[in-house]
Amino acid sequence: MTKEHANWSPYDNNGGTCVAIAGADYCVIAADTRMSTGYSILTRDYSKICKLADKSFMASSGFQADVKALQKVLSSRHLIYQHQHNKQMSCPAMAQLLSNTLYYKRFFPYYAFNVLGGLDSEGKGCVFTYDAVGSYERVGYSAQGSGATLITPFLDNQLKSPSPLLLPAKDAVTPLSEAEAVDLVKTCFASATERDIYTGDSVEIIILNANGVRRESEQLRKD
Amino acid sequence: MGGYISSQSVKKIIEINPYMLGTMAGGAADCQFWHRNLGIKCRLHELANKRRISVTGASKLLANILYSYRGMGLSVGTMIAGWDEKGPGLYYVDSEGGRLKGTKFSVGSGSPYAYGVLDSGYKYDLTIDEAAELARRAIYHATFRDGASGGVASVYHVGPNGWTKLSGDDVGELHYSYYPVEPAVVEQEMTEAVVA
Repeated sequence: MTKEHANWSPYDNNGGTCVAIAGADYCVIAADTRMSTGYSILTRDYSKICKLADKSFMASSGFQADVKALQKVLSSRHLIYQHQHNKQMSCPAMAQLLSNTLYYKRFFPYYAFNVLGGLDSEGKGCVFTYDAVGSYERVGYSAQGSGATLITPFLDNQLKSPSPLLLPAKDAVTPLSEAEAVDLVKTCFASATERDIYTGDSVEIIILNANGVRRESEQLRKD
Repeated sequence: MGGYISSQSVKKIIEINPYMLGTMAGGAADCQFWHRNLGIKCRLHELANKRRISVTGASKLLANILYSYRGMGLSVGTMIAGWDEKGPGLYYVDSEGGRLKGTKFSVGSGSPYAYGVLDSGYKYDLTIDEAAELARRAIYHATFRDGASGGVASVYHVGPNGWTKLSGDDVGELHYSYYPVEPAVVEQEMTEAVVA
């Protein structure tokens, strides 16, 4: 009487953690570089961050094959947009494109947990956080992936970002300086690495501001 | 991950267009996507018919879409609220294919608790401020008792000129106005023990 279940799953979880923090005039997007399967490490040096547009970077944890496919779909859609409109897509526009792309596979989802970070048209930092099927909201900071449950309470404590739903409206972006935010991100990953087996090796940090893009890397525990 | 709170700031009142709102319960992505899709269809109706769509029509568009996906696992429990030529309109629509017209509804895991407050305080001729206060209290009480509800209680008003947001309050703050601590009568006060 019980339904026969498949012996094979099309999905796998490659682990990893992604974080993004929005500031008044900057955005920090970070992800660890460990790629695992089960209890094995496949590589210590895999980038989970993808540049979708000049001012939009996406960090994704989950099943990296689906993440790669998603990155390719979004990059090609951005290229078409550039051909048709002769300009780069804004971060909020890319955010909605990502949401729709995820929902189109509502009945066979991309197993990808995404954080989109960038600068909006006013130059303010923006971070968008997603679930696997495309529901999204703009937030002041976000963590996704295997270490998210360890990092998010810490960020709630340190950043205290007021909800965008409050009236009178309060600014969701953190008042921290860029250097403080980068240091906070490094602390997040150092802590998550201690207690999450799927997070570690090194953290890749992208810093977006009015002057352009900067990339930093910090070594993490490899055990 | 079932007990984990992913966000305390999800927009559960979705702005379909300047004179129609939709509420979100069930699957966040399902509600967001199909409400956005409904907004597109409402706009296309305006362009094709040179007049705004009625709340009856908009809710039926959504209900028909959800019915066609019946059994496929969509989870949507929504209320469509708007103002059209017939005045205010409120419909409940869900992913089972149900569609009900009504004057008051409560939807979601905390809905029984909200119904308790809503039903005991409701009258058809409440003023806008009274109605907003009743709604806010109903949400607050639902968040108090239901573990899956919480965060910020948003209140919107839909009138002939469209919707406006009336308030957005953290329910942790609302607690101190709705559940004030009465000073307890002290029965026996502890004093320092006398050391002989």
